[in-house]
Amino acid sequence: MKHLLILGGGTAGTMMANKLAPVLNAREWQVTIVDNTEEHYYQPGFLFVPFGGYRLQDIVKPRRQYLPAGVKLVVSSIDHIEADKNKVVLGDQSILPYDYLIIATGADIHPEQTEGLVDDEWGKTKFDFYTPRGAELLAQFLKGWQGGKLVVNPIEMPIKCPVAPLEFLFLADAYFTERGIRDKVELNLVTPLSGAFTKPKASQILGDLLGRKRINVTPDFGLARVDSKEKKLVGWDDTEVGYDLLVSVPTNMGDPCIGRSGLGDELNYVATDKQTLLAKGLENVFVIGDATNLPSSKAGSVVHFQSEILFENFLEHIDKRPMPARFDGHTNCFIESGFGKGLLIDFNYETEPLPGEFPLPGVGPFSLLQESSMNHYGKLMFRWVYWNVLLRGLELPIGSAMSMAGKRV
Amino acid sequence: MATVTILGKELAVDADGNLANLSDWNEDIAREMAAQDGIPNLTSQHWAILNYMRKVFEKEGSAPSIRRLTKESGVDTKTLYQLFPKGPAKRAAKIAGLPKPVGCI
Ligand SMILES: Cc1cc2nc3c(=O)[nH]c(=O)nc-3n(C[C@H](O)[C@H](O)[C@H](O)COP(=O)(O)OP(=O)(O)OC[C@H]3O[C@@H](n4cnc5c(N)ncnc54)[C@H](O)[C@@H]3O)c2cc1C
Repeated sequence: MKHLLILGGGTAGTMMANKLAPVLNAREWQVTIVDNTEEHYYQPGFLFVPFGGYRLQDIVKPRRQYLPAGVKLVVSSIDHIEADKNKVVLGDQSILPYDYLIIATGADIHPEQTEGLVDDEWGKTKFDFYTPRGAELLAQFLKGWQGGKLVVNPIEMPIKCPVAPLEFLFLADAYFTERGIRDKVELNLVTPLSGAFTKPKASQILGDLLGRKRINVTPDFGLARVDSKEKKLVGWDDTEVGYDLLVSVPTNMGDPCIGRSGLGDELNYVATDKQTLLAKGLENVFVIGDATNLPSSKAGSVVHFQSEILFENFLEHIDKRPMPARFDGHTNCFIESGFGKGLLIDFNYETEPLPGEFPLPGVGPFSLLQESSMNHYGKLMFRWVYWNVLLRGLELPIGSAMSMAGKRV
Repeated sequence: MATVTILGKELAVDADGNLANLSDWNEDIAREMAAQDGIPNLTSQHWAILNYMRKVFEKEGSAPSIRRLTKESGVDTKTLYQLFPKGPAKRAAKIAGLPKPVGCI
């Protein structure tokens, strides 16, 4: 019997289990997946929780329900990987051997990495919306908030879904407008980037949109510490930004088990081959999703494109044939912009997000880098697509390789 | 592809305005780019960072993040911000003739 071990049963781990289990001969292969919780959260839904758009129960499902028959789910924490011995040590020190390993342990926030962020005020005047608990506490707080200076601050790149801080601000603008207190709220983005987004064209277009919605941007801000008493952010160059309400996107890092395994970089991400998705220097370990160190966005759509590449490569690699598929960094993100509208960006390692139509030139139905209600419906539909298409490992009518069709250079 | 003129030479740059060709770079060009970017004087501390970044890039194909700079160059974050104000990793990468660090994506 050969063992395929998948670490992490989130977006990527679940997708790979659903793709591989049906095609691997059950008499030859045992597929096992390890995760420390029973609940699978639809993370893009966290964005809507603070504004009452979703409640937590709307965006969580039992992990098991999305795994195919025959795949064994082990609910346990992972302590570390011993790659030279082809085994994984669990939290209770029990051992799972493997022939092939897929690392899909994702990324999570680490507020403790920033001085002064986690203290008595964490969850009172300072919040995150990247965890179920954080999003829920923020929802409770916002309901009673009568206005003041709201600062959204991604601390350090890369973060999961790099447009989420912008979407949060767009939705906040709509939320406070609908509550009739928009004039009492000052909305601010304080970012380490030089503009609204990482890539030039999108940065300019999204920057204009922020301006039109009266959202102030403080670029190039490197946060050194948070002073909760004085309610201010202090930069490494001693510049200060005050707040009444801080919505932080703390440093995102790969799981500590990666660091303990000696496989992580300075943020516990695994060095991964950009094209094949094999872990660098390891012949029987693949990496997918937020756990990789790849220069592509950390997003569910990216996981989907990667899963097709990994699937093809895995099946050839186990038979010692050359790996045929090459990941091109394809990313596709809906950006919620408030008032029933949204934008869409589509890009890869080489090509930055450009305006145009998607997926069909001149037809759409989605518009790239331009607000439309169709894009908003795309975003809302994404929750259904996530549970019913993506996790199941089914195909979308969008190729894993990015297409230039419909894009205007 | 866009170009910039530095010391009378026309050099290709990428979408971020960083040099497109590693081989176009030399120390005089670095000094000139730094001066244009508001850093009139490159000290030995600046050079230590720039050389370290080029070394990492040669080996790994991407410029290091600020977190890695702090961890491995022996210079703390505060000092990095004094040397290259506003965004040490991306500014140092630019002056070192490298593309923007991937962490910035
Ligand atoms: C607020 C927010 C908004 C987002 N919006 C979007 C969006 O609009 N569109 C989009 O495409 N993407 C979005 N994303 C990103 C998307 O959710 C992630 O990129 C995706 O879930 C990554 O999948 P993954 O499998 O790599 O990681 P995850 O789905 O996070 O799975 C990792 C799994 O590993 C398990 N694990 C990790 N370490 C251990 C351990 N030591 N022991 C046991 N188990 C462990 C975890 O429990 C988890 O279940 C958003 C994310 C957030 C936070």
